Formats: sequence, C-alpha cells, structure tokens
Amino acid sequence: MGTDSISVFAERKGQILVAGSGQESISCDKQSLSGAVSQRACVFCGARVVLYPIADALHLVHGPIGCAAYTWDIRGALSSGPELHRMSFSTDMREREVIFGAEKKLERSLRELIAKYQPRGAFVYSTCVAGVIGDDIEAVCKRVEADVGIPVIAVQSEGFKGNKRAGYSAACKAIDRLVGTGDTTGIGPLSINILGDFNLAGEIWLIRQYYEKMGLQVVANVTGDGRVDDIRKSHGAKLNVVQCSGATMELARYMKEKHGVPFLRVSYFGIEDMAESLYAVARHFQDVDWQVMEKARRIVAEELSTLVPEMKELKKRLQGKTAAIYVGGAFKAFSLIKAFRHLGVKVTLVGSQTGTEEDYREIQQVCDPGTVIVDDTNPLELGAFLRDNDVDILVGGVKERPIAYKLGLGFCDHNHERKLALEGFLGMRNFAREVAATVESPIWKLVPRRIGRTTANTPLSTETVNRRMP
Amino acid sequence: MIKIADAQRREPWVSTANPCHQCRPLGAMVAFQGVEGCVPFLHGSQGCATYMRRYLISHFREPVDIASSSVSEKEAVLGGGPSLRKGLRNVTEKYGAKVVGLATTCLTETTGEDLGMLVHEWDKEVLEHPLDAGNPEVVKVSCPSYDGTHMDGFHGATRALVEHFAEPTAPHGGVALFPNFVSPADLRHLRELVQAFGLGATLVPDYSERLDGPALDEMPLMSAGGTTMDQMRALPGSRMAVEFGRTIAPRISATSYLGEAWKVPVRNLGLPIGIRETDAFAALLEEVSGRETPAILQMERGRLIDACVDAHKYLSGRTAVVFGDEDMVVGLVAFLTEIGVKTTLAASGGKSGNLASEIDRVTRSFLEEPPRVLSDSDFRDVEDCVESQQADFFLGHAKGYKLSRRRDVPLVRVGFPLHDRFGGQRMLHVGWRGALNLLDTIVNAILEKRQDDSPVGYSYL
Repeated sequence: MGTDSISVFAERKGQILVAGSGQESISCDKQSLSGAVSQRACVFCGARVVLYPIADALHLVHGPIGCAAYTWDIRGALSSGPELHRMSFSTDMREREVIFGAEKKLERSLRELIAKYQPRGAFVYSTCVAGVIGDDIEAVCKRVEADVGIPVIAVQSEGFKGNKRAGYSAACKAIDRLVGTGDTTGIGPLSINILGDFNLAGEIWLIRQYYEKMGLQVVANVTGDGRVDDIRKSHGAKLNVVQCSGATMELARYMKEKHGVPFLRVSYFGIEDMAESLYAVARHFQDVDWQVMEKARRIVAEELSTLVPEMKELKKRLQGKTAAIYVGGAFKAFSLIKAFRHLGVKVTLVGSQTGTEEDYREIQQVCDPGTVIVDDTNPLELGAFLRDNDVDILVGGVKERPIAYKLGLGFCDHNHERKLALEGFLGMRNFAREVAATVESPIWKLVPRRIGRTTANTPLSTETVNRRMP
Repeated sequence: MIKIADAQRREPWVSTANPCHQCRPLGAMVAFQGVEGCVPFLHGSQGCATYMRRYLISHFREPVDIASSSVSEKEAVLGGGPSLRKGLRNVTEKYGAKVVGLATTCLTETTGEDLGMLVHEWDKEVLEHPLDAGNPEVVKVSCPSYDGTHMDGFHGATRALVEHFAEPTAPHGGVALFPNFVSPADLRHLRELVQAFGLGATLVPDYSERLDGPALDEMPLMSAGGTTMDQMRALPGSRMAVEFGRTIAPRISATSYLGEAWKVPVRNLGLPIGIRETDAFAALLEEVSGRETPAILQMERGRLIDACVDAHKYLSGRTAVVFGDEDMVVGLVAFLTEIGVKTTLAASGGKSGNLASEIDRVTRSFLEEPPRVLSDSDFRDVEDCVESQQADFFLGHAKGYKLSRRRDVPLVRVGFPLHDRFGGQRMLHVGWRGALNLLDTIVNAILEKRQDDSPVGYSYL
C-alpha cells in the first residue's frame, strides 16, 4: 500500500517511505514538528532513561517538580542490591529560586541527600529552567564532590536543547566521567562490559548468565543493575558489548578512543540476533581461548532444543496474522521484524522515534516490499494506518497502547516499562507467548472494527430457551 | 519554601523526595480535555507533553493527545512565536481543533514569552487570512511549573475557559457546576444528581466521555464529548454557579470570576464526598430547584447510613493516613470522621495554605482535636511522620504504594493517579453513592487484612 491513506502532515512526507517503492532515503533526526503530538521526549528524558538504572547512585533532578514526578520509578529496571534509583529526588525549584538562582538550594539538597542516603555517586540533571536561569551546576557539583568523597556529576540535560538522542549523549558524557577512575586489579583477559541493557524485568541477569557460562568475566553493567564502582573500573574490560542503537554507542566510542577498549554491536532480541551476539563475542576472544566459542554453541543448542518446538506450535496458531511495530530505537525494530518472521506474522508497518538514515536503509532491506516505514510518527498517523490495515497487533510503548486498544486490536509493550523479559532465548519465548495470548483473545471478535468481518458479532438467539426435564 | 518539619526531625528537608503532586501544566491539560473540539497544547519543550500524556494514559487508559510547540534551543533564545503559530496552524488543519487549550510551561515562563501578545498576533493573523478549517478559539493559561501544583493548573485553565467564552446571556435557569478534578464516573454522577432535581447543568470541564469513552472502529481526529463552546458562552445566564473545593484561591476560581464580572449567584461548597458534604450539595439543589430530594436519591442516602451502621464495629477506633489533592483530602477526612475512623495524618503536595483550617472545619463537630495536617509535603515527609503515627490503612492515590508496601499497611486507592490498578477513571467518589463505594472499599480492605493476618482464617467476618 502507499502512504496516501495516512493523512500525514505535509512537512512529514519525507519521514515516511514504503519498502520496495524505489524511494531510497527517509529524512529523520529532525526536530519534532510543532503542533504534532509526537511520541518523542526531550533531552532530559534521554539522559534520565540511560542513567536511571545505576542503582547505588543518587539521581537528583534540578528543576521544578514535574520532571522528577513523571520519572519516579518509571522503568522496570531491576537491581540485585540497592534501590536508590527507584526514589525520586528533586530540588523542586520555586518562583523565588527561578528569579534569584537555585544554586544554593541545589548544594544544600545534594549535601543532605548524600548524607542521608550514602550513595556511591551522584548525578545532577539539569532541566529547561536550570539551563535558562544559568545555574552553574558544574561548579556546585565540583564543590560538593571535593567534600563528600564520591563522584558528583552534572548531566547537561536541559530538555529543549535537542531530542532524546542528545540526552543519550549527555548520559554517555556523564558516564564517561566515571570510567577510568577505578582500580582494575583482578580483571582478566576474558572480560567484557555489557552496554545498552537496562535490566528491564531482569533481562541483564539472563544475558550475564549466558556470558558467564561462556567463561567471561562481566566487569560492569552499563547501566542495568549498574553500580558506580563497577563503571569506574570498566575500562579494565577487554571488550564492550553494546546493545541498543543509540543509547550507549557514544560511550563505547569514548572508551575505545581513551582506553582502547574495542566494541561490538549486538541485539538480544530474537533467536538469530541472540545467538549471533554470543557467537560474535566468542569470535572476539577466539585467539585468547578457543573454548569460549564451544561454550557459546552449547548454550545456543541447549536453549534452542526447548525453544524451537514451542515456537513451531505457536507459529501454527499465529500464521497469517499481521503486526505493526513502533519503537524507540531502530535496532529493536530489526530484531522484532525477524522475530515476527519466526512466528509467521507479517509486518506491515515499522517505525522508530530516533532512527538514523542508515538505520532506515537497513530496515528497508529486511522488510517485505510494501511495508510502510515511518520516522517519529504521531497518534493521528498511527491511528489512520491501523484503521486502514487490518492489523492484529501493535508493538510499541505505553503511549501507543491506548490507540491500539481504542481501535480494538492487540498490543505488546516493548518499551522501558515492560515487566516481562523479552531479551534472550527466554525472552523470545515470552514474546511469542504474549503475542499469542493477545492475538487470540476472543474480544477482537466483538470490537466495532470487526463488525461484518465475523459472525461472532451477532447476538445470541432471542428464541425462548427450551428447557428439558432431566 | 522549606517544608513543614516533623517534630521528631531536627532539620527540615531542603529537597523534595517522592512527590505527592504533579506540575502545574498537567492539570491544565486535564481541564482542556473536558472541552468539545479542544486540543490541549503546551508551549514548551517536547518532553513535557510526552511525559504528561504517558502519566495521564496510565491512569485513564484512553488516548490522550497533547500537542507541543517543541521549543528548541533556537526558540528558547529568539522567542517561540513562529513555532507556536506554526503549531496552532497544524492542530487546526490536521486535528480540526475548534478550541486550542494553550498552556505555558516552566521553560516558556522563564524565557519570558508574552503569551497574551503571541495569541493576539495569531488572532490578528488568522482574522486577516482565515484558515480553511475555520479559526480556532485559542484559550490561554499561564502555567509556571515552579509556582503551585497541577491543581492550580486545573483551576486556572477552567477559569481561563470561562473568561474566554462568557458572553452576555439571558437568564436560562441552568446551573453552572465546576466539579474540581474528579473522575469521569464522578462527572457523570454529578450531572445525574443535578438533573434529578429537574435542573439543567453545565459542567466545566467535562471529560467524562473524552477520558472514558467507548470502543471505536475509527480513530477520530479528536475524541468526542466535552463541554461545548455554546454552553460556556451561556454561563453568565446561569441561575447559579457552584464550585466544589474549599482550597481554591479566588484568582483561579471560576465562580469568583462569574460572580464578580457577571453577577451570577455563587456557592462554593466542599467536594461532595461523604454524608454531610453531599447533604450540603443536595440541600443547595433543593433550594435552587424548589424541589425535595427525589425519593430515589433519598433511598441512596438511606442505604448509605444503613451501611455505615452495619460497618461501624469494623471501623470503630481505626486509624488512617490520608494523602492527595487538598480538596480530595478534605472530603475524604470529612467522611472518615463520619464513620469513626481517626485520621492521624492528612497530607498534600498542595500549598493553598487552607488545608489545615478546612480540615478543622469538616471535623470540628465530631472531634475535639483536628487531625495532624501536612501541606506542601512529599512522601518522605509522610513516611517520617508515619514512623510516629498509627495507621491501620492509607487512603490516597497510588503513589503511596511504596510506603504502603514498606510499612505493610494496606493502601485504599482513590483519586488520581491510579497507575497500578484497573478502573481508576470509573472510580466513584462523590455523592451518597460514591460514599457507599468508598465505604465498601475501605471496609473490605480492613476485613481482607484482618483475614490475611489471622491464624484462624474465619469464613464469617
């Protein structure tokens, strides 16, 4: 189908294309259009999601209450120990401070919070107002750091200074300040850092387990179930394994330049990508220890022996269903396209909030011809697409869910807030089960959009019940 | 502002931890949802709109569209006028907005955007070159997030709507009702109550349909429902304007405006939660309509009293900590007092300055000593107090869950937000029927806890 049926904003036309239509590039990484209800967030949001899972750090939002209120315990990023990250701290700036400056309040807040909660490090997030009034957060952080003996880091995350990707960059710069400040004693030659995984629903534990079974030492989780001290010594690891297209790539590049740590890009979603991730890491260490590959193969074989039969069963049930994908990063979109293929589900729309031109070129290559590809869409477009195409399930984040539900179609939450592990081989099983559980609900037969498409919609008989004597 | 310190604590906290309220623009966005054909619009950075949408969607489980002018660094420096005008054009042409509910944010307040002038310029521009879709009414409200809470945004936007639309109108006998930030189910019930007395009612705002609508086969550009522009234009002809809420400052009160500017008779009541606050509303409706409370409603009241009698032993001597928006807290405390539950702490993130006196007012005839009150507080303050206070249960919104879990004290969820339970938008708080719903919920929470904690496990309670 073409893009005509989507009533797009004229200025967004370049941000939509159809795979196989001859149109080659898509314009993206643009500022969201004024007046459109974008699904995107701001710089602060990008920085906050990346740093959030560092569990033994104090996360203090310097601004009016909103930014802290809306990010309190917002993600299912689990910790195996301290849970300081699940509290919401704010300087709760008031009018007086906006006028006269809020540096004093920030300093007093930092000192009281560090004294009370004893974090291993502190991040201070700048917000729109902090940026506009020109508080010197950096100076406050330095002053406090000198006294308290833990790293206190200013995060340059003023909301209006770009989009979510700029926030990822601010977070990477903040983490970069920690890297290289710890003691690397005891880190061996078979060692890695896991980057770009946020331990939603305990996913990083799953992934860590695979790597540890391969005989690798995991030095730091960046940032899922993260610890300040691990990150400080993470430059001692011999390889950075980076997931997620945008969030932590910049950090991986810094670590390569400054500390000579090479990196690999991986994805833990779906069967091939998960297996290939383990193999790629094993290949990297082949010359150090050939057994790593052997162990990786064993893990994959063992996992697949139970997963494949179940997937076959589910495929029988799901064959011919259709899906739309709208996620934050393009890397996740690739994996989802492949995952749906295993389930016999046809993908008719793929979109992301933060994809790059290169990402979209790659997406186009893995999609079936006719698949619509969109950058930074809005509810209007998404709703129009879902209406015009008899889609069975939408994969997206919490903001897309009500659109799907309002139109009476299935939904799978694939965003920060999910409570179900979707990474790894277990994650593929969970994903397949969730897709089936949603798609097979009887309620889709009774929703308005299916009227006339099924007889299940008709009322039961109004004839009087003919009761029989036993 | 330094928050009220707990007596046990030597130093008051400077920072805020685990807030009990949201920022000002959020409330304005909710109020604007309650207007037919209205697109709520934030003049600020993109993140605000997205965060608020997510926050509201998790409660209402409905699509919530909030447009944004997506102010960037350039506009923050040079002014967001062009971006705002482009945005207004887009929401009109693409969403078919008839009304744009425009709120500033902390960013655009701090950069000193003159919203009045920007909207004036826009109005002039479209007057000369009308839009194909028809020019929208742009209703503007100032929402500096660093001053006040989401409730100030809610009331401010409500008043802005009335100020914008009110026109000279012949008396029409209808009642103007400003219901405060209640659930869609509450709004439906309030309309039903007024109509039961044979009165016409205009609720401002009325998001009972837009934030709790039916399943659809086509995504509309905008959800249906809401107070119409014509209804708001005719407000000055109302027989009476009634506003719920004992803590609303006059400068953001819609009834203050209607009373002063249009000489509409005004009554400000507490939120009709519990027996006496609902009785007050019913008495007012009797007075305005000249009719007795209809038998069917008297029966509801009778059933409520009967249920309170049946429940009194379960409730006698029980203690509760109540938190949430100020007016909601006042109503809840009034009801708890009526059913014999002692409020040991009433807390709110709101800072109207009236919470303590209003709580005193609704508890005075029952209690010798008013409950302890915390204004401008957060959940860390509440927790600090709870260490020294007794509570058999917490009564408030879902952000109290962490505290409830840590303390192993049940949380009876009411109000907004309810992010961890189903049906928050259908929760009924107001009227005798709402009170009965609250009573059932509270008593069952107590019984469940008693049964779970009991080594015997009685089958009859």
